[in-house]
Amino acid sequence: MSDWVTLGVAFSYLAILFLIAAWGDRRAEQGRSVINSPVVYTLSIAVYCTAWTFYGSVGRATDSGPSFLLIYLGPTLAMLLGWMMFRKMIRIARAQRITSIADFISARYGKSGPLAALVTLIAVVAIMPYIALQLKAITVSHAVLSGYPLLPTDISGENFWIDKSLWIALVLAVFTILFGTRHLDASERHEGMVAAIAFESIIKLVAFLALGLFVVFSLYQGPADLFRQAADHPGLIDSMGLDAVPGGAVGWVGTLVLATLAFITLPRQFQVLVVENVDEQHLKKASWMFPLYLVAINLFVIPVAFAGVLLGGAAQEPDSFVLTLPLAAGLEALPLIVFIGGLAAATGMVIVETIALSTMVSNHLVMPLLLRWKWLHLDPSRNLSGWLLGIRRIAILIILLLGYLYHALIGESYSLVTIGLVSFAAAAQFAPALLLGLYWRGANGLGATLGLIGGFLVWAHTLLIPGFAQSGWLSMTLIEQGPWGIEWLKPYSLFGLEGWDIYTHSLFWSLLVNLGFLIGISLFTRQNSLEQTQAALFTEGLRPDVMQTPLWLGQTTRGELYQLLNRYLGVNTTFKVFRNFDPERKPGADDELIAPPDLIGQAEQALTGALGSASARVLINSVVRGEALDLEAVLSILDTTTQTLEYNKRLEQKSTELARIGEELRSANERLRELDRLKDEFVAMVSHELRTPLTSIRAFAEILRDSPDVATDKKNHFLGVIVKESERLSRLIEEILDLARLESGRMRLNPERLDFKQLAQDSADAITQLYQEGQVALAVELPEDAAWVVADPDRLQQVVINLLDNARKFADHNQPQVKLKLQTWKKHWRLSVEDNGPGIAEEEREKVFEKFHQIQQQHGKGNDKSRPRGSGLGLPISRGIIAHLGGRLWVENPQELQGARLIIELPRAPEQPPPSFEESV
Amino acid sequence: MARVLVVDDEPNIVLSLEFLMQQAGFEVTTAEDGEKALELVSSINPDILLLDISLPGISGFEVLENLRGQDAFKRLPIIMLTAHGREVEKEKGLALGADDYVTKPFSTQQLVEKVTKLIQEKEGGNKGV
Repeated sequence: MSDWVTLGVAFSYLAILFLIAAWGDRRAEQGRSVINSPVVYTLSIAVYCTAWTFYGSVGRATDSGPSFLLIYLGPTLAMLLGWMMFRKMIRIARAQRITSIADFISARYGKSGPLAALVTLIAVVAIMPYIALQLKAITVSHAVLSGYPLLPTDISGENFWIDKSLWIALVLAVFTILFGTRHLDASERHEGMVAAIAFESIIKLVAFLALGLFVVFSLYQGPADLFRQAADHPGLIDSMGLDAVPGGAVGWVGTLVLATLAFITLPRQFQVLVVENVDEQHLKKASWMFPLYLVAINLFVIPVAFAGVLLGGAAQEPDSFVLTLPLAAGLEALPLIVFIGGLAAATGMVIVETIALSTMVSNHLVMPLLLRWKWLHLDPSRNLSGWLLGIRRIAILIILLLGYLYHALIGESYSLVTIGLVSFAAAAQFAPALLLGLYWRGANGLGATLGLIGGFLVWAHTLLIPGFAQSGWLSMTLIEQGPWGIEWLKPYSLFGLEGWDIYTHSLFWSLLVNLGFLIGISLFTRQNSLEQTQAALFTEGLRPDVMQTPLWLGQTTRGELYQLLNRYLGVNTTFKVFRNFDPERKPGADDELIAPPDLIGQAEQALTGALGSASARVLINSVVRGEALDLEAVLSILDTTTQTLEYNKRLEQKSTELARIGEELRSANERLRELDRLKDEFVAMVSHELRTPLTSIRAFAEILRDSPDVATDKKNHFLGVIVKESERLSRLIEEILDLARLESGRMRLNPERLDFKQLAQDSADAITQLYQEGQVALAVELPEDAAWVVADPDRLQQVVINLLDNARKFADHNQPQVKLKLQTWKKHWRLSVEDNGPGIAEEEREKVFEKFHQIQQQHGKGNDKSRPRGSGLGLPISRGIIAHLGGRLWVENPQELQGARLIIELPRAPEQPPPSFEESV
Repeated sequence: MARVLVVDDEPNIVLSLEFLMQQAGFEVTTAEDGEKALELVSSINPDILLLDISLPGISGFEVLENLRGQDAFKRLPIIMLTAHGREVEKEKGLALGADDYVTKPFSTQQLVEKVTKLIQEKEGGNKGV
C-alpha cells in the first residue's frame, strides 16, 4: 500500500481528532459540556486499552494463552469493587484542586514538594517504556501496512533521521502540545481532550470488532468452523489452556494484582478517572459499563490468534496478526481501518499520558526550581502564566523524545506486552502511598518517600536494568551471576526466589520493600503539622463538611493576593477567582482590605490547579504572614463537626424519646380517665344498690311510725322486711369492702394446706337448708381420696357457697337441679357447679364477672319472680379471691344439666405435707 | 276512687307504696317492669303513675317517652322514682315530661302529698275542660 495513502489517512484522522477536541473545549467554555455523561466518562477510562491491547493481546494470547485476560480482569475488579474508593479520591481531588497523581500523593503527605518531584521522576521513568511501546506499535504497524509481505525487520537498520518512529514521536509531540496546552486552566481539566479520547475509544473498538467479524465470518464459516480447525492443529488448543500462563498460579495472582494496581496508579488512568471526572455520579454507571467495554474489545482476541497461527502465522509476528490477516486476504480498506484503530489506541494513550506527565513535570520539577530563584517571583511586573505553558510544552517534547530513546535503545528486544508490564510494575509503586494514605491517617511523608524510593530501586534492579542487559547495553553476566557476582542479588531471582515469572517476582519484592518502609517508618516517626492536617482531611475525605474548612489563619491584603494570582494565572482567571468570592467588590492590586481566610484558601486552590499543591503552598506562604491552620485547629474543627453531628443525633434520639413518652402519657391519661369513669360508675352503682334496701327500710319505718293502728300481722311483716333489708344492706357493705380490698390488694388471706373435698362437702352441708326450702336437688360427686390444695378455708368456702347459692337461684323453676363435682385436671383440682336453669349466653360469660352486672332475662316475658336480683358483686369477688389463691374461675359450656356451669380451678398441693422443721431434724 | 299505678322491680318497695297509696284512699295496681306497665296504663287508665327508672327490660325513661307520645296519656300525671341521685337524671326525666321526681329513699309523707296534689290538679283540670 502506498505510503502516501497511509500517511494521508493517518493525518486526516488526527485532524478530525483535533476538531473534536476544539469543539469539546469550545462547548466547555460555553458551559455546555459534551463530556458530562457516564458513557463519555466510561469511554475516556477506556484509554486503558492502548496499542498494547490492540496489537499485543493477540500476541500474548498466541504466546501464553488466556493470561492476557488478567490485564483486563484487574481493572474490572477495581471498577466493580473499588468505586467507593474512587469516589473518595474524586471528592478529595476536587476539594483540593488536585492536578495529577503526584499532586495527590504529595498533598496527602503534607503538600510535600520533594515527594511530588519523586513521584514525577518515577512516573517519567516508568512511563517511558510504555510510550516507547506506542511508538513501536505505530511504527511497526505502518511498516507492516506499507511493506507487506516483507517483514518489518527487513526494512530496519536505516539511519535515525529516516527512522519513522522519531518522526512519529515529533508529530505526536506537536499534536499533544496543540491539544493539551492551548490554555492554562485553573481547574486543570481538559474537556476537549476527554471528548477526543472517548472518540478514540469508539474507533479502536469498532476497528477491532470489524477485524474480528471479518476473521470469524469471512475467513472462516463462523466460530464453530474456526475452533474445529484450531482443534485439528497440533498443540494450538493446548497453548490456550490455563497452564500456558507463565509462572503458574503465582503468575496468575501476580499479573492480576499488577493490573489492578496499575489501573489505579498509571498517571493517565488517574487523570481520566479522578482529575477529569465531571460528576462523581458517573462512577456508578462506569463501574459496570467499563468492564463491558473490556469484554467487547477482548471478544475476538483468541479467534484472531487462532486464525493467525492457522494461516501460516509462523512467518509473521503474532503482534501483527491483526494487520497481516486482512492483508493476506488481499483486502485494502480493512487493514487501513485496523491501522487507524491501532493509531487511535496509541495516540489516545500518548496524548493523555504526556499531558498528565508534562503537568507533573512542570508543576513538581521545574516550577519548584524556578521558585527558588527569588528574582523570579519578587519582581511583580513579571507575568509567569506564559512560562507555565512553555514549560509544559517543552516537557511534552522531552517526554516523547525519552520514549523514542527507550524505543530506539531496547524496544526491539521486547514484545509489546513485556514492555507494558514493566511500566505497570513501576506505576504499581504508587499504590501503597496512595491507597494506604486514603485510609490510614498515620501514614507519613517520610515513610511514603522512602517506600517509593525503595520500591522503585527494586523495580529498576529487577526489571529495568535487566532489560538493558538483554538488549546488549549491559553485560548478561549481570543477569546470570548477579551484580559483582553476588548470587542472591541476581535480578530475576532476588534472595534466591526462583520459579516465578519476572513481573510477579519484581512486584513482590518491590511492594514488600515499599510497604515495609511506608508502614515501618510511619510507625516510628512523627508527622509535621501540615502533614497531620492533610492526612486528616484525606482520610475523612467522604465527610461532606471537611473540605469546606478554611485552613488559613494568617493575614494578607486582597491586593497582594491579587498580584500573586495575576502573575501566575493571568488577569482573567484572577478576576474570576475574586469575583466568585465577592461579586460586589472590584478586585485590584491596590486593595488594602485584609483578605478573609476563605479567599486565601480559594486563591491557594486556584494556584494549586495551575501549579500543584506544593508550589501553591510556597507561593501563598510568601505573601501570607502567619501560620496555616495547624492540626489542632483542624482537628478541633473536625471534632466540632463530629460533636455537632453527635449532638444532632442525640437531639433526634431525645425527640423520638419525647414523642414516645408523650404517647405513653397520652395513653396513661386515657387509661386514668377510663378508670376515673369506671370509678364514677362504680360509685353511682354502689349508691343505687345502697339506696334500694334503704328505701324499703325508711318507707316501712315511717309507715309504722305514722300508722300505729296497722294490724299486728301486717306490722310483723313490715318489721320482717325492715330486718331483711337491713341484712341485705350489711351484706352489700361487706361485699363492697371485700371488693375494695381485693382491688387494692389489701385482702388478707390465710392460706393453709386443706382438703378441697372436705371443704366442698362442708359448703354443700351449709347450704342444705336453703336447698331444701326451694326443693332444689343437689347432687354431689367427690373423689375418693383427699384433694389437697393450699387456700384460705373461709374465703374458699365463701366462694363455693356463693356459686351454690347462685346455682340454686338460677336453676329451673319447676324441677330445680344442681350438681357439685370435684375432679383432678392435670396438675389442678377442678370444682364445677352446674344448674339446669336457662344458662348463660356465650357473650355474657365474661360479663357476669363485671361489677353490678345483672344477667338479662332471656326466658319468660318479664315477670319472672324466680329470677332474684343479686347485688352483682358475688361473682367478681369470687373471681378475685380465687385469683388471689392462684387459681381461676370461669363459666363453661354445660355438661350434664344444660344450665350454667362455673368452674373453680386450684393447683394441687403435694399429697404429703412438707416435713416441718422438727421432723427434718 | 282515683287509681294509682305503681311500677318498680323491688317487691318490698312496691309493697310499701301499695300500702301507702291504699292508706291515702287510692285504688292501687302494681307492675314489675316497663312492658307490663305500658299494658296496664292502656287497660286500666290510671289517674297517676309512680314510675321507677331502673327497670328490667324497658326502662322507666322509655315508658315515659312512650306514654307522652300517645295523645291519651299526654297529661297523665307521672312521678319518677329513682335510686340514682344524679341531677342529670332528674333533668332528663322532667324534660321527657315527668310531672315530678322523687329520689329514693323518700319521705312517705311528702310522696303522699305530691300524689294527692297531682290527682287534685288533674281532677280540677278535667272539671275545667
